[in-house]
Amino acid sequence: MKLRQRSLTWLVLGFGFAFLYLPILILMVYSFNESRLATVWSGFSVKWYGELLRDQQMLAAAWVSLKIAFWTASAAVVLGTLAGLVMTRMRRFPGKTLFGALITAPLVMPEVIIGLSILLMLVSMGPLLHLPSKGVVAILIAHITLTVSFVTVVISSRLQELDKSLEEAAMDLGANRIKVFFLITLPIIAPALVSGWLLAFTLSLDDVVIASFVAGPSSTTLPIKVFSSVRLGLSPKINALATLMIAVVSVAAVMGWWLMYREEKRKQRDMQLALQDNG
Amino acid sequence: MKLRDLLKKTLPGSRWGVISVPYLWQLLFFAIPFLIVLKISFSKLAIAMPPYTPILEYVDEALTLKLNLGNYAALVTDSQYVQAYLSSIKIAAISTLLALLIGYPIAYVIARMPPSSRNIAMMLVVLPSWTSFLIRIYAWIGILKNNGLLNNFLMKLGIIDAPLQILYTPMAAYIGIVYAYLPFMVLPLYTNLVKHDQRLLEAAYDLGAKPWKAFFTITLPLSRAGIIAGCMLVMIPAVGEFVIPELLGGPDTLMIGRVLWNEFFNNRDWPAASAVAIVMLILLMIPILIFNRVQQRELEGRLT
Amino acid sequence: MPPDNPSNGQNGNGAKDGADSYLRIVDVRKEFDGFVAVDDTNLTIRKGEIFALLGGSGSGKSTLLRCLAGFEKPSAGKIYLDGQLLNDLPPYERPLNMMFQSYALFPHMTVEQNIAFGLKQDGLSKDAIKQRVQDMLALVQLGKLAKRKPHQLSGGQQQRVALARSLAKGPKLLLLDEPMGALDKKLRSQMQLELVNIIEKSGVTCVMVTHDQEEAMTMATRIALMDQGWIRQVGTPDEIYEQPTSRFAAEFIGSVNLVEGVVEEDEADYVTIRSKQLPDAVYIGHGISGFEGQEVSFAVRPEKLGIGKQEPQQKHNKAKGVIEDIAYFGSHSVYHVRLPSGYKFMANFANVQRWASEALTWNDEVWVWWGDNDGVVLTS
Repeated sequence: MKLRQRSLTWLVLGFGFAFLYLPILILMVYSFNESRLATVWSGFSVKWYGELLRDQQMLAAAWVSLKIAFWTASAAVVLGTLAGLVMTRMRRFPGKTLFGALITAPLVMPEVIIGLSILLMLVSMGPLLHLPSKGVVAILIAHITLTVSFVTVVISSRLQELDKSLEEAAMDLGANRIKVFFLITLPIIAPALVSGWLLAFTLSLDDVVIASFVAGPSSTTLPIKVFSSVRLGLSPKINALATLMIAVVSVAAVMGWWLMYREEKRKQRDMQLALQDNG
Repeated sequence: MKLRDLLKKTLPGSRWGVISVPYLWQLLFFAIPFLIVLKISFSKLAIAMPPYTPILEYVDEALTLKLNLGNYAALVTDSQYVQAYLSSIKIAAISTLLALLIGYPIAYVIARMPPSSRNIAMMLVVLPSWTSFLIRIYAWIGILKNNGLLNNFLMKLGIIDAPLQILYTPMAAYIGIVYAYLPFMVLPLYTNLVKHDQRLLEAAYDLGAKPWKAFFTITLPLSRAGIIAGCMLVMIPAVGEFVIPELLGGPDTLMIGRVLWNEFFNNRDWPAASAVAIVMLILLMIPILIFNRVQQRELEGRLT
Repeated sequence: MPPDNPSNGQNGNGAKDGADSYLRIVDVRKEFDGFVAVDDTNLTIRKGEIFALLGGSGSGKSTLLRCLAGFEKPSAGKIYLDGQLLNDLPPYERPLNMMFQSYALFPHMTVEQNIAFGLKQDGLSKDAIKQRVQDMLALVQLGKLAKRKPHQLSGGQQQRVALARSLAKGPKLLLLDEPMGALDKKLRSQMQLELVNIIEKSGVTCVMVTHDQEEAMTMATRIALMDQGWIRQVGTPDEIYEQPTSRFAAEFIGSVNLVEGVVEEDEADYVTIRSKQLPDAVYIGHGISGFEGQEVSFAVRPEKLGIGKQEPQQKHNKAKGVIEDIAYFGSHSVYHVRLPSGYKFMANFANVQRWASEALTWNDEVWVWWGDNDGVVLTS
């Protein structure tokens, strides 16, 4: 039974990971392809990377995307933490069901609907609220609205796991609710805030549909540029861009995982030591 | 009881601030936009900025509400639209099923692994979704082309003589949706399966059940919540997908997301696009509400 | 605070009265969505005593403790500590501190920082805080571990830090929630005595919650026995043990032999009780406040029974039976003696002499007997 289970595991995982990763690997390999035809290998070359880095429009779009992603993530974490507190720490109040629906619906809402609706809202009510209907600010608003839900899920799950007696103990010792949040809750859930931030950052950086609705002429984002380029056909420059992005994400992921692994090992070692010298 | 007293009773002190900030944001930028889309769906295309007619008119001291139902009429009568809606649902449903068939074994197998390797395996499953969605779809263009990698590979092996037309057909859209959304299917399935008590299965074996029987009578039913969550997470957004059918699908890959996009960007017909969106919302309303209820309980921490 | 100050809610009878009713729980009731967790409870706790709320799960003891701490708001009633009404005060304004069952040590802070936390909230100077933390560490004997984090400590060490943290502010009342709950058995007995020592040394008044009767009996000066939201009996450990006022109390603590019967003779200086479970009437050597024909229970603890093969000389309170079960505990044996009526007596026999237990064995015919005042008559 065990052996069959093991070989089943390897079979399934083998196919699963092959399916997930082969396209990515192929993409990366062909970024080094000499020829322009991205499907025929004609020799190793890094010239596409050079072309990519000389493409001013691409670089400008990348910069816009990075800026937007940074501010989106930061705002989403703040809103998401507040929303997480409301969902996990507060008892029923009039309107909580509606709030819950507003927070969870964006998770599955088709992006075309989100993009269209926010644009139309900004066009109709923009002048009233002193908000532009297109441009970087508009993209920012749209992205924050999209990503808040995801961040809330991450932070809520961490808040739930948090032992309530920690917060009660802090109150018992004299700290009011606000102090409890900043001195106890926040430091303990900090890792969740980081993963929430990264999640929102990625979602914003990657969005093409919503950004297309609300972007203005001077606020082209990287995905918009990539999309219009890709519609015309294959381009090894895009492969090069893809490889760079994948490399960055992989390095960050490995680093993050290694840091967590080390932390876990250290904690385990400490607990062992404590058990030994039972003073 | 005055509103203020009611509020004070239920929301003491600084709670008000914590609740109001995200609440107002979501109301303003998520809920109200839907109402505006609804409003505009009732107006007519106009050569103006903004390109639609107002529905509320004040003429001769009379306030008239002009609801143009033309957009909705077009949706119902024009077969193209109806086809697109049906096609979207069909494509989303089939893709969801495929994703389930592929994702379930993966989640199952990982859930059975020892805890240390489990985490690494799940990280590897989720990692691709941290890279750009757009770029991963782009990768499939090169693979599925007529002279792309897949066809070249199969022809070299002698399995086929002429290239298979996959790209720019609905088939490519299926592959694309499954590929892009697979992690969203595996994750909730895994979260559910990993909580299963192994001893239940052991008890079943002890009582004489063969592995397959035990799986169908015990594991599968217990994982129902995970299956539903995964299917919702894939199917609902897939119905409204735009990028995948646009890049991978052909002219006969009718999806309602593309229709909306075309109405808005190509025809510049905002009212029509709005009507398309509203009908899409109505179609998805029930699954969305189901998902909302389950997800809210998850967030609050109550066990279903 | 001047003891005669009427605005404190005291009745101006001086310091003694304040000490005797240091903590007053008056008609406190707590309901959750129609379920009554604590039902019209009244308690008066003296200054400096260690008071235990003892009961099973669902008895309401934890709810009552949380009402004291301020984490639950009573549906009705008032709570006074040293004359001060606590009801409207949030937890962070109450002059009491709680030690949680899970200790709730802040994982991102060191032992020192944990203990100093409460002091910081009061805005003490850095030096004052430092000194106080040192004193606390010395009190619980954890000086060397000041810089460690909670996950680097063993269970027993964590408990001491939790205790030090809850005593650091010199609270008027210390609340303990199942203090030994997280420790293993061996550590428990040792820590029970240590904990009592530390509490008595610091002189703080203490209310503890536990489901473990041994713990309550060992540690507390007075116990309140709780059942389904009610307080069934309040008294010192020996009062509750030797003089239970209800079947519940008699059965909850220790083991007991309980028979049902009816009062046959009701005189001023003696009472007899006729029970179907015993061959002869039980003779009680004092009067009771009942009446003839009243249905009562009679309780006598196993260690009060004598057991032997010879019939005892006394006229009353004896019965003959067969040894059906023997539970051997090393230090003593418990003999289960079956009477002709079917009722089984439990009789303790201390194995004072080595191998003394060998004298009686299964299926032996034996007599059990007890003194006229060894048992208790219970009317509820």
